[in-house]
Amino acid sequence: MAILLDRDTRVAVQGMTGWAGTHHTTQMMEYGTNVVGGVRPGKGGRSHLNLPVFDNVAAIRAETGANASIVFVPPATAAAAMIEAIEAEMPLVVTVTERVPTLDMVRVKDALKGSKTRLVGANSQGVLAPGVCKLGVMATGSERAGSIGIVSRSASLTSEVVAQVTAAGLGQSTTVGVGGDAIHGMSMRDCVELFLADPDTKGVVLIGEIGGSQEQEVAELLQEVGTTKPVVALVVGTHAPRERRMGHAGALTFGFKGDAASKIAALEKAGVRVAPSAHLVGRTIAEAMARAN
Amino acid sequence: MRLHEFQAKRLLGECGLPIPRGAVALTPDEAEAVARDLGASRIAVKAQIQAGERLGAGGVKIVSGPAMARNAAQEMFGRRIVTAQTEEDGETVRRVYVEEGISIARSLHLALLVDWSVGGLVAVASPDGGEGIEERARRGDFRQERVALPVAGAADRAEVAAFFGRVGLEGPVVEAACDIVEGLRKAFVELDATLIEINPLAVTSASELVALDVKMTLDDNALFRHPELASLRDEAEADRIKLSAHRDQLNFVQLDGDIGLVSNGAGLGLATLDMVKAAGGKPANFMDIRTTARSLDIAHGFALLLDNPKIRTLLINVHGGGMQSCDTIAEGLGVALRRSGRKLPIVIRLAGQNAEFARNRLKNFGCAVIEAPDMGAAAERAVQVAATGRA
Repeated sequence: MAILLDRDTRVAVQGMTGWAGTHHTTQMMEYGTNVVGGVRPGKGGRSHLNLPVFDNVAAIRAETGANASIVFVPPATAAAAMIEAIEAEMPLVVTVTERVPTLDMVRVKDALKGSKTRLVGANSQGVLAPGVCKLGVMATGSERAGSIGIVSRSASLTSEVVAQVTAAGLGQSTTVGVGGDAIHGMSMRDCVELFLADPDTKGVVLIGEIGGSQEQEVAELLQEVGTTKPVVALVVGTHAPRERRMGHAGALTFGFKGDAASKIAALEKAGVRVAPSAHLVGRTIAEAMARAN
Repeated sequence: MRLHEFQAKRLLGECGLPIPRGAVALTPDEAEAVARDLGASRIAVKAQIQAGERLGAGGVKIVSGPAMARNAAQEMFGRRIVTAQTEEDGETVRRVYVEEGISIARSLHLALLVDWSVGGLVAVASPDGGEGIEERARRGDFRQERVALPVAGAADRAEVAAFFGRVGLEGPVVEAACDIVEGLRKAFVELDATLIEINPLAVTSASELVALDVKMTLDDNALFRHPELASLRDEAEADRIKLSAHRDQLNFVQLDGDIGLVSNGAGLGLATLDMVKAAGGKPANFMDIRTTARSLDIAHGFALLLDNPKIRTLLINVHGGGMQSCDTIAEGLGVALRRSGRKLPIVIRLAGQNAEFARNRLKNFGCAVIEAPDMGAAAERAVQVAATGRA
């Protein structure tokens, strides 16, 4: 049906009472997501949007059986909210908050080690299983239930590619935004692994960009395991302005592989079809699917 | 936020990092005065630009005496220095740093940084420090050791000592190196840094360690925890456009073409840039509007573009999402156009959340726009308009 989400997903909203939390909780419920309540320290026992509010994640887990949470908490306390969810063994946590301090994400990564939680984000638009569940802030309307899994580092490009995939006569099993920050929870590789194992996902679209090495990690995975599912990628940033750099440490330590050409070469070597332009992703996956059948 | 050498040395010197005696100078007179106060036989005059590889580009001069320090500074002020790490037009020298010369026996490279792939703090070091190390690395002639460091609590001293052993340090200097790493680790965490790089970390002829050059970046997203450091930004960032863009929740990079680009989200912005280049056009900028930007922030972003006389057309490629819908951006455009009064052909492609509403907003503002059905067509149209000057 989908990865990460299903019809039994019961959502807790961390930071539900703020503006963003209120707005997007309403939107998620209108989409049909089963939101079971919210968390706001100090406001436990009240209700908001006709939903119960709890003081902490452990309480909402115990009282409602919530098995996923979405974090709208502001940057200064977002890491504490994520760590609280991890300690409460929340199986899935999606963090929408942008601009979480880098070292706070290092602390979150430490908490994730050996935990039972899958974290998506921060700075993620979330996860959408069309017609099943929306755990995120993405606009809806262009999506359609179908067989293409989409994993992306960019929210606006995801909306674009979802519309193209639908227009090409295909639909989406799940879309996942891994988040735009350098340190994040699930990687593109983690998501592609789930898509390859998911019987309802027949093809995968990867939306990558310059920086980091997540695209190369996906290429490595595909070369390790092999797959018969078509995988299509878009990598943006070929013509990005040369960034003024400082010092040598980044390049020396992590290699010279953040540019688009290196990523495209690695993906093509692993059998991925790379879309020639951002407006041609829908056509590229449609052709790849037709060829596979 | 990138710091200048003099800022990083000030911060880390306070945290116990051994640095040469020195001070910043804003004029040749000041450079001469600093050199005289230092009273050293050898003096280093160093252009305060943020990029590395200054030495080969004339950004560092070793001189003997105050008069020569003055001359060296005079030659640097106002110059644009271009190195492998700057943008193509280089960086202007507005300050020099004048410090005592050190007699170097060995040059190491030492850095603390965040390893993005695992999400942890790491120290890296090499026995082959100094200029040109990237060139050597590309040739495969560069050895680097690394050790993971904790964010909470002190590093394991034995592990750090073993790490320096692999780098080739031995004897009492290893203890000093361990102290430096622990001091830097604490400073890194306390100041919310994302990079501290010392190159070279010099071993002097007296077997002491001295940090000759320091590069440091602070996490913009953590500056709210450090109001005392916020003033370093104005000191560090002389670029008016970048300062303004930072305040307005935009990521803005000026380029030298004639097509002004506006997109929401970094991914769509990069895609737009790629499509314009592929269609043979010359972008005037890269601009990514943050999802938290309000219409007035966006109007300031448009104003940065409309102020640029080179621009012949604007290309607006927006896919409205759940966080930021098309009409917010349309409103920013309408406000900026009214304020500037400039008439330009505008190619626009709107999709997603509130695209129709945004079209109406633009009509109400009296904006005449050329609509394109998809992003590929929009990019091609903008390139055509820029080339012919006609809608």
